[in-house]
Amino acid sequence: MSDFQWEHLSNQAIAAAGVVYFLALLSHLVEWSALRTVPVGRAAKVAVPAGGVSTSSTDDVGATAEGAGAGADAPDEAKRYRIAMFGRLGLLLTVIACGAHFVGLVGRGMAADPNRVPWGNMYEFTITGAFVVVLGYLLLRKRYGLSWMGPIITAIEVVLLMVAVLWLYDPVAPLTEALLSYWLVIHVVSAIIATGAFTLGGITSALYLVKARSLSRGKGSDRGYIARLPSLPTLDRVSYRIHAFGFPVWTFAVLISGPIWAHQAWSSYWNWDPKEVCAFITWVLYAAYLHARSTAGWKGRNAAILSLVGLASLWFNFIGINYFSTTSQHSYANGSAVVSLHEG
Amino acid sequence: MSTSEVRADGSEETGTWQPSGDRDHHRRPGELTPWELVRWAWRQLTSMRTALVLLLLLALGAIPGSVIPQRGVDALKTQNWQAAHPHLTPIYDRLGLFGVYHSPWFAAIYLLLMVSLVGCIVPRLFVYWRGYRADPPAAPRNLTRLPDHAAYTTDEEPETVLRRAAGSLSRRHRVSTGDGWVAAERGQLREAGNLLFHLSVLVVLVGFGIGSLFGYKGGVILVVGNGFSNSLTQYDDFDPGGLFRASQMEPFCFTVHDFKVQWLDSGPRQGMARGFQAPLTYRESCQGDPSTWSKQKAYDLKVNHPLTIGGTQIFLIGHGYAPVITVRDAEGHELYDGPTVFLPESSNFESFGVVKAPGLTPGQDIGLEGLFYPTYALINGDPVNVMGDDKNPTLSMLAYVGDLGLDSGVPQSVYEMDKAGMTQLKKPDGKMFRVDLQPGQTIQLPDGAGSVTFHGVKHWTRLQISRTPDVWLTLLGVILALVGLLGSLFIRPRRVWVRARRQEGTTLVELAALDRSGGGDLTVVLSSVVDSLQSDRRTTEETSR
Repeated sequence: MSDFQWEHLSNQAIAAAGVVYFLALLSHLVEWSALRTVPVGRAAKVAVPAGGVSTSSTDDVGATAEGAGAGADAPDEAKRYRIAMFGRLGLLLTVIACGAHFVGLVGRGMAADPNRVPWGNMYEFTITGAFVVVLGYLLLRKRYGLSWMGPIITAIEVVLLMVAVLWLYDPVAPLTEALLSYWLVIHVVSAIIATGAFTLGGITSALYLVKARSLSRGKGSDRGYIARLPSLPTLDRVSYRIHAFGFPVWTFAVLISGPIWAHQAWSSYWNWDPKEVCAFITWVLYAAYLHARSTAGWKGRNAAILSLVGLASLWFNFIGINYFSTTSQHSYANGSAVVSLHEG
Repeated sequence: MSTSEVRADGSEETGTWQPSGDRDHHRRPGELTPWELVRWAWRQLTSMRTALVLLLLLALGAIPGSVIPQRGVDALKTQNWQAAHPHLTPIYDRLGLFGVYHSPWFAAIYLLLMVSLVGCIVPRLFVYWRGYRADPPAAPRNLTRLPDHAAYTTDEEPETVLRRAAGSLSRRHRVSTGDGWVAAERGQLREAGNLLFHLSVLVVLVGFGIGSLFGYKGGVILVVGNGFSNSLTQYDDFDPGGLFRASQMEPFCFTVHDFKVQWLDSGPRQGMARGFQAPLTYRESCQGDPSTWSKQKAYDLKVNHPLTIGGTQIFLIGHGYAPVITVRDAEGHELYDGPTVFLPESSNFESFGVVKAPGLTPGQDIGLEGLFYPTYALINGDPVNVMGDDKNPTLSMLAYVGDLGLDSGVPQSVYEMDKAGMTQLKKPDGKMFRVDLQPGQTIQLPDGAGSVTFHGVKHWTRLQISRTPDVWLTLLGVILALVGLLGSLFIRPRRVWVRARRQEGTTLVELAALDRSGGGDLTVVLSSVVDSLQSDRRTTEETSR
């Protein structure tokens, strides 16, 4: 295929992924709206493995739905079937969309001449980041019982892809000189993986706050989305685990591979460039989150707020700083903000 | 300062490192001796909560540096900003907001953080060392009170069960035994990783400090064909660290022979340049007698591929054009001849430059000031630069005569002309006169002031030369920090206890497990221990929460 065809394929694949994510979102919405009328059954709680802390099976929607079916006010067979079917349909559509999304990424790389990794501009960073988020969700879904995240993830994917296509789109172009380094692969891969992980962790922390608020207001309803979220300790633990994965990766991206590359390209491993400073601030915030989780008075709510502040700083650095700050000493040759987009 | 504050005795950290217990009840509340005050302050400083607040302050303090232009990062941008904000500038200046990372208050934050870190880590090192050598703590009396436990009965003797338990647990745990119980512990390296991480942070800071105190960073613009030898006078700009000594500079020299660049003339990035190459030759030592110089070597300098000579590195970070211009006076004497560096003003390399030709008699200096167009085109009567490649190089400058002030002793920038003593040359009819030249052309100045010849164009390269001593120390520090971090996040400290006793003719075996990181799935752990204990015997099993 020619470069032009690859680019065309990539654009179509991304558009298709966006549409299918939207369908998955609709499917999850149907699933959850049907679940609204079903109280969180007692049966679900019986299913907790004895003596264990394994709450993952409890929080799985499938299990909850089945449990609810066996509960006192059991809904009719058709409703149970519908809930299960739309849940699976949503997941299936997400997987399909994720596949199309991947094709879009590969097409982007193949469309460039010479072929390259698809991490040359904001559009490419954003669609890759969105891909990592959904991939992380799919991979961790079973392990941490993340099926409650389905509607949120699909909604975020739709939004991210729309932002990327509508505002950030750039035609395929060769990389600027400073980006031509194998450190591009190492540095950007780690940064994007960490971004995906922190995003997943941030979603969990946000829902922790939502659930904590709803519980503290005494709305202990046994229906609805919030009631079906995992328990607060579980949300906290899942959030911590995802952050604990993301933090070393972010450390590697920002404090090891970034400086090494900066040292090669611009002679100084730390330049106090706005992007570096913001990445460092993000690192400090997440370090604070990890510390806060084990400090009395900061556990739970405050730690979750910290992780959201960290997420805000992360995404501001990812997109915002390219537009708000033009102080970049890294302008190579072309004089303008060629390299200010380098770190994505 | 750790990610999981669990004390050696297994209890959760409550915020302060040590509880303050020695209150003297005879004095009024709040009254402290100076020594107690110091101890109190030290405990506050080294507490986890203070560390957390300091971390947040550090993040907060770094923000202005990414929003307000920094003098050390981009001096020109800072000047422009200051000129545009005359009212804010004095306030910001007093707060040190133009040099946040060198300001006293920023230093105060990170120094306090470091003190807090040391005060937290050092006692923990001792605690860890003692705890590491101690046996796993004895099994609690009532294992069923622990949140994660299991129990089963068997007709084996308690001793047999316990021996087997000790045997199977000792494979991955440190084991201690007692009367009717077995205790096993693993994952002690978590705290080691935690300590390693925090100590490595100190190493990184030391390395960073050494690099910025003893190192230097300098820039030079070299026209292709020119040489450079590493001494202070040769640099255009030089930014040394606080403890830098010129004697530490390595005695190398090099000559840039050529500059190659490819211009994209199609596609979405049309006009973008790439494939920069500056072939050069260098000697590692070339000062003093030429017979002692080292051998000449060649290197192809590229972006992302710096040249390393000893501990100094040379980077290609920019390029531009230097038109070769000759200026003659009315009598034809050559006042100025050579390549003149023009600085690019935009990404298409429309460049600005100044020629200062001192006259043979005072007041007869000739000055030129104006633009260089690499690819000149006249579109709708306006001069336009089409792209950065030098396809149609054209000079367009204004000419001045008078006194350039070169003899006044005041240092001048070579990129600016002091026009105070200069008058602009005009055509005889009073209209504006411009020196518009293409390579090979010569133009006569009005009033018989002289002539200007444009011979051709040379490239110049901008090189950054920097020396960061002991950069390996910083790198080692961050890598150790990452290793420690991985250990402190992913090693699961865990204790397992087994108790067995005779009860009503059978043996009751109780097990319990404790995950000190608070994140593990202990059900799996317990059931695997139970499996290994029961061997092939059919027994009744009962696990309960």
